[in-house]
Amino acid sequence: MSEHAIEVTVNGQRVGARVEARRTLGDFLRLDAGFTGTHLGCEHGVCGACTVIVDGLAVRSCLMLAVQADGAEVTTIEGLAAPDGTLNPVQQAMRDNHALQCGFCTPGVVCTMTAVMADGETTKDGLIAAMSGHICRCTGYQGIRRAIRQLTGNAGPAGEHA
Amino acid sequence: MKAAPFDYVAPGSVAEALDTLAEAGGGATLLAGGQTLMPLLALRMSQPFIIVDINRIEGIRGIGHTADSTRIAAGTRQAVALADPQLGAAQPVFIRALGHVGHHQTRNRGTIGGSVSLGEPAAEMPAAAVALGAEIEIHSRDRGMRRVRAEDFYFGPYMTALEPDELVTAIHYPRWPADTLTVFREVAQRPGDFALVGLVGAVHVANGKVARAGLAWFGMGPTPIRARQAEAALLGTAAGSIDCRAIAELAVADTAPFDDSHATSHYRRSVGRRVFARTLDEALKTRQAA
Ligand code: FES
Ligand code: FES
Repeated sequence: MSEHAIEVTVNGQRVGARVEARRTLGDFLRLDAGFTGTHLGCEHGVCGACTVIVDGLAVRSCLMLAVQADGAEVTTIEGLAAPDGTLNPVQQAMRDNHALQCGFCTPGVVCTMTAVMADGETTKDGLIAAMSGHICRCTGYQGIRRAIRQLTGNAGPAGEHA
Repeated sequence: MKAAPFDYVAPGSVAEALDTLAEAGGGATLLAGGQTLMPLLALRMSQPFIIVDINRIEGIRGIGHTADSTRIAAGTRQAVALADPQLGAAQPVFIRALGHVGHHQTRNRGTIGGSVSLGEPAAEMPAAAVALGAEIEIHSRDRGMRRVRAEDFYFGPYMTALEPDELVTAIHYPRWPADTLTVFREVAQRPGDFALVGLVGAVHVANGKVARAGLAWFGMGPTPIRARQAEAALLGTAAGSIDCRAIAELAVADTAPFDDSHATSHYRRSVGRRVFARTLDEALKTRQAA
């Protein structure tokens, strides 16, 4: 089994490590880089909890090898708020709308929404479509939908924004 | 679970990748977008000795058009293809199917070549390639280049004509006339999941009659399945007098669905019959409306 020296920029910080070829990006972020905000649920591409932003794109970090991220820029949930703790708009909207309960799925959800919006997606339907890649076992998704409506300036039908 | 240990190489060119495959004597597995392979590794259903990562090969990305076909290089990301307006105009049926492949997050990594060449029977891309009459461009170090028609490529679930030392480098999709009708429907538990029943195809009507038809099922057997009897029955028929239910009956006769934890073969057949009839009918009506 081969080992590889890699260098990945995580949240603006250079992280070097020697990793086994089979190390996933998700495990690298948690175990080698110490960014434990990235959550691994299923570890085989089904739940979306592990989603991070790699070179601007939302990807499942359990479906990418760490060695493949050599030279890449990765943003995790830890990298989204401002240094003074001010939440990014997606985080704020999630908070305003009670869009999380246990919070296990949340880092992935927030990373997807942040990446998709940074890529120019501004419609409610576009964001909701991107959410099909996430499973949330707690919220029933309604809070997440409200957060999306808030983010896209669409108040939604009366009575739906409790 | 974690993958079993393996060696890893990331060649920088097709020639280098082919060398590695030839020398590995069957022990190597190609890693393209990884959206299917990585789960198989994690579940230890696949335990290769060596992974050959083709993501660092710039030369296998990109989309090119000629007057009568579109060449999509195998390493082209699904998300890139989906966002390409020129491709959307040239290959609307393909794009329609691609929109149903996985999720936003998996399309950012997943490749066209990976999806076409794995041969997952419930996946959209193999069936679209079969329906449209695509050809798969394959390279090996020792035998050079060959092209295989998509309908001759699939033997069974994840079993294809690809030899262990070969690499799929591109898919060639013939261009259908601009006014070709898109036939597409997928029944799945959640958007982005594998299909329980899926249908993809193209029908071209000229002078009031069906001049060309390519229709294929996915999720309805061990491979994508071309609905040959239905195609044959459609050809030459006046577009206004097509009995969609009868054609659907013929189309279902060509399938071989199985039972699994998601649906029975009986369910797949009966839903397939209705879905086929309705989808074909709707496609023909879009023409009358136009
Ligand atoms: S942990 Fe990666 S998709 Fe579930
Ligand atoms: S908040 Fe618990 S899984 Fe989504």
